[in-house]
Amino acid sequence: MAFPRPRPARPELPRQRVRTLQCGQGAVRAVRFNVDGNYCLTCGSDKTLKLWNPHKGTALRTYQGHGYEVLDAAGSFDNSQLCSCGADKTVALWDVATGQVIRKYRGHAGKVNCVQFNEEATIIVSGSIDSTVRCWDCRSRRPDPVQVLDEAKDGVSSVKVSDHEILSGSVDGRVRRYDLRAGQLFSDYIGSPITSVCFSKDGQCVLAASLDSTLRLLDKETGELLGEYTGHRSTVYRLDCVLSEQDTHVGSASEDGRVYFWDLVEGSLALSLAVGRSVVQSLSFHPTLPCLLAATEGQLQLWREDTFQPEGDAA
Amino acid sequence: MAAAESSDSDEEDLVSYGTALQPLQEGERLKKPVPLQEQTVKDAKGRYQRFHGAFTGGFSAGYFNTVGTKEGWTPSAFVSSRQKRADRTVLGPEDFMDEEDLSEFGIAPKDITTTDDFASKAKDRIKEKARQIAGVVAAIPGTTAFDDLIGPSKITVGVELLRKMGWKEGQGVGPRVKRKPRRQKPDPAVKVYGCALPPGLSEGSEDEEDEYQPENVTFAPKDVMPVDLTPKENVHGLGYKGLDPSQALFGVSGREHLNLFAAGSEDTSNLLGDLKHSKGRKLGITGQAFGVGALEEEDDDIYATETLSKYDTVLKDEEPGDGLYGWTAPKQYKSRKRSEREVKYIGKILDGFSLASKSSTPSKVYPPPDLPRNYRPVHYFRPVIAAGNENCRLQKALEESTGKLESDATQQSRHALNASQRRERLGEAALKGPALSVLEYLSEKDRERLKEVKQASEQQMKAKMLPPQSQNSRFQPAPPADASHKWQMLLGGQLANVGSSDFKPFARNPEKQKRYESFVKSLKQGEKDTLEHCLDPSMTEWERGREQEEFFRAAMFYKSSNSTLSSRFTRAKYEDDVDKVEVPRDQENDTDDKETAVKMKMFGKLTRDKFEWHPEKLLCKRFNVPDPYPDSTIVGLPKVKRDKYSVFNFLTMPEPTTSVTQATNEKIQQNNSLNKPKKPSRWDVSDKEKEKKDSISEFISLARSKADVQQQPPVPATEESRTGPSETLPTEVPNEDKDQEEESRPSMDLFKAIFVSSSDEKSSSSEEESDEEQQPTTSVIDSETTKQVDLPDSSSSNLQESVATTTDPGVPLLPTSKQELDATEEFGPKLPPAFSSGSTCQQEPVVPVSFPGPSRKEKHRKNREKHKTKREHKHKKEKKKKHKKQKNKGKHRNKKSEKDSSSDTEDSSDSLSDRDTTGLSPKELLRR
Repeated sequence: MAFPRPRPARPELPRQRVRTLQCGQGAVRAVRFNVDGNYCLTCGSDKTLKLWNPHKGTALRTYQGHGYEVLDAAGSFDNSQLCSCGADKTVALWDVATGQVIRKYRGHAGKVNCVQFNEEATIIVSGSIDSTVRCWDCRSRRPDPVQVLDEAKDGVSSVKVSDHEILSGSVDGRVRRYDLRAGQLFSDYIGSPITSVCFSKDGQCVLAASLDSTLRLLDKETGELLGEYTGHRSTVYRLDCVLSEQDTHVGSASEDGRVYFWDLVEGSLALSLAVGRSVVQSLSFHPTLPCLLAATEGQLQLWREDTFQPEGDAA
Repeated sequence: MAAAESSDSDEEDLVSYGTALQPLQEGERLKKPVPLQEQTVKDAKGRYQRFHGAFTGGFSAGYFNTVGTKEGWTPSAFVSSRQKRADRTVLGPEDFMDEEDLSEFGIAPKDITTTDDFASKAKDRIKEKARQIAGVVAAIPGTTAFDDLIGPSKITVGVELLRKMGWKEGQGVGPRVKRKPRRQKPDPAVKVYGCALPPGLSEGSEDEEDEYQPENVTFAPKDVMPVDLTPKENVHGLGYKGLDPSQALFGVSGREHLNLFAAGSEDTSNLLGDLKHSKGRKLGITGQAFGVGALEEEDDDIYATETLSKYDTVLKDEEPGDGLYGWTAPKQYKSRKRSEREVKYIGKILDGFSLASKSSTPSKVYPPPDLPRNYRPVHYFRPVIAAGNENCRLQKALEESTGKLESDATQQSRHALNASQRRERLGEAALKGPALSVLEYLSEKDRERLKEVKQASEQQMKAKMLPPQSQNSRFQPAPPADASHKWQMLLGGQLANVGSSDFKPFARNPEKQKRYESFVKSLKQGEKDTLEHCLDPSMTEWERGREQEEFFRAAMFYKSSNSTLSSRFTRAKYEDDVDKVEVPRDQENDTDDKETAVKMKMFGKLTRDKFEWHPEKLLCKRFNVPDPYPDSTIVGLPKVKRDKYSVFNFLTMPEPTTSVTQATNEKIQQNNSLNKPKKPSRWDVSDKEKEKKDSISEFISLARSKADVQQQPPVPATEESRTGPSETLPTEVPNEDKDQEEESRPSMDLFKAIFVSSSDEKSSSSEEESDEEQQPTTSVIDSETTKQVDLPDSSSSNLQESVATTTDPGVPLLPTSKQELDATEEFGPKLPPAFSSGSTCQQEPVVPVSFPGPSRKEKHRKNREKHKTKREHKHKKEKKKKHKKQKNKGKHRNKKSEKDSSSDTEDSSDSLSDRDTTGLSPKELLRR
């Protein structure tokens, strides 16, 4: 693990709740920033997907078309398309502007837990409790996946995609990294069911959250353990973990209604935000700013750094 | 082709064909002709077609709507010489037809038939009548009568006989009728404006005519139109009629369109009209497939003229005798009653025949048998039970219950065999499907109990034993000697013809193969004791048992190839891959040492598996990554073939099928209602494991909770029942998600039948109770994912506690087991509840809440799962839970629900009493 550059300034963490949005779509299953962090998507348990401007607190559009809870969503690099997945076993590709479903990919045998675009939004990678990761083609009209990664022995709870890798975390306690360039599959055994995985911004590390209430930072190349972060509680639910915008901190949602941040290097608990009373289910960290979105129950919260001055209306 | 003779005086001797073009005027440019292509239509074969009838498949009648073409018709060349004068050829319709029209199915088939011209004259009523009239009109009357004398007969004997008895075509068959019964009086209220038609001319005026008939005149009964009951097998439209070749060529045209309704009632005006009509069109090709042909002179009536007047517009009684209701219903034969009354036949009687003096005895009608009192008009599908060794008793019992006692299954016909029996005869191995047995879900203890019950009932039953005949029995948990004996019984006779074995199932392992051969040999000789000697003594007991099973099994396989069926096949020259299975070459191996590595936090090499993985080419392309294996054809992990006969493959066989043995009759009944066995997924396995783990303690807790129920103070019960109804409503939202879950597990009734003897009315309420448990607090980890839960400790302690402190009467085993099932359906980490209440917030007033359907439901479900995982802690939490529910409601005040409002106020009072426990953190609760 190496930091890309010495930190010019002490990194800020989101400490201040700027805004709370009632999403009005049941439980918010996932919240995701778009690629530049100006907008966000919330996945509701009432089958809808909503596009927000979290900074202004405005709901921009509602996307309806899923047959059941929407469990995850992602935006394409050019913000023209969305993909989402849900408990209706489908993966949907949306047009942002028209709000229409462009395509629906059916093939998963169970709930689809997670979905990601690749860099150019030509492939949708989805992971499902049917223990497969499926790569769907957005370019052609073929209805079946380009490839099915069925190595997982249990449900896939989280999937991330880099420029040449697919990272999947599975309930069988393994983090699998499919390296397309090298043509290799790396399977790291964690032991406890993985709830969330993510790449670090520098692409050198892999963060894996598991149900033993531990976050582990693994070296991508060797699989060695670089850091372990505990203190939160994650034993039952599929909770998100995040890395801060400069990879300085590691964050995780917790079942006690808080969000915890640890210093990535030291592993010490840096911050704990009291978000709500119940489980904080989903987190999304702004790609460039110390700005955090946390979803708990039916609401969405925007957290900013202390120095941030909300303009306009108060939260 | 038109030949026009020019009548110009100066060109008298010239003959010109065709129409002369207009002479060009000077300076005028040639008019550009209309492109011919635009005038034409091509058919599928590229032939040109005329427009006429194009929509109904009109045929080709020329080339660009003219005559003559390169490929089509060649215009007959005009030849005239001194020797051979140009003769005037008369062109028939065939001259204008294509080859296919003359083929078998064309409009003018060339096979030899008796044409109407030469058949006897009964071919067409209309024509007949026309001819009769024509005959009268003709110069020499009666000439047509000769036609009947000459000419082959096309009519049947019956018709001929009828005719001789005075029957005429158009009449009905039967004795003549005095007077038609009048059923329908013309409505007096109807006023006729203008000139009323004379009654004779109006259609259907026979009734009125009847009025003026003298008494002694009798009438032939009305002809009945036999209803055409031929089923419609084609895809044409209703009423479509193809081309009738006889009409196409011989010119009875026009009738098709008009006789839809006229068939029943003929009258003279009709006849005359028809005559004129048919004379007018000599050569017409009719039928709805065709329009006006080239030979038709009039093309006024291209398509069937259907006017509304042809249809009944009023629902009314039908005309008597003409029982065509509407025009689709079968004709009513109204005169049937009369036949008994009027035995006397008034008419001509053939020579040699006399009227029967008494009517033939009516055929006796037997009343249908009385239905048994308990008859239910529902077919009951008897369960198909695999004729397995362990199943034969069940099957027998079942057969007895259905009254079908078959002494010898082998005597049954081929069709009476079921699939497993056939399979057994063919010597095929049983499919390794999962045996969906209830008993798989039972603990050892329960199974033993069932076994006892079964044995007791069996002794009473004392039925005859079917010979053990099935091979699909799995590994028996019986002692090995017993097993081998069984196997020997199975194989004893069949192995007699095992020759020098060219069947080497263990060729990979020569030592094993040798052992196998000696094993088979001794098996053949029936030396039971030597069987064990053939096995490797260095192996462990267990391995030997395994291998013995394996050998028996292999012997079974071999038997199959030796059966009569296989004698028809030759062995493949080259070994096929039949005995191999594809398995991934590299597998993520043993998690045990990884586990330890993880515990020691030695991540890295120890915990990492690295595989060669082949991405799909397209995937690489989409990722803008060069294909790492440009030459490979495999995708994903490379697979290798493994020997199918390896022990490892047998190890993975579903063991639990053995437990089918203990199934009782009741079980079978239940089994019927079960969903069909599904392929076992890896999750199911874990389910079972889990259930096995839990079931003992569960069973104990059942017994205890039952005992507790009887000792319950009544107060909590009322509380239960109060909260119950108000809460059941939300879950009854159409629950598609639940349906999905339920298809993979046995129905609840089954478990009820097994576990619950008495009332389970409280199950719903208690279930709801459990649903209200909201807080994701406990450290109980998802059942699926945890391997190392210290179950025995916690469960036992909790059990004791539950015995001591149970206050909840509504915790019968049933709901817990159901919840358990529900919970195991949810794989992996769960989603948090939609709205859970973590801590209390007293400041907010209590306002009921209604959630949007799915989220609420989801919450319920999840909570149920959670509840299950925390079953041990349930009693402790009961109070807290209730309190939380109320909190939960209070929190989301903006959402109103009327239905909850009543119960909620009551809840608030409850919560006050429960408050003492709510302050405790979940961990504290757990520690208690």
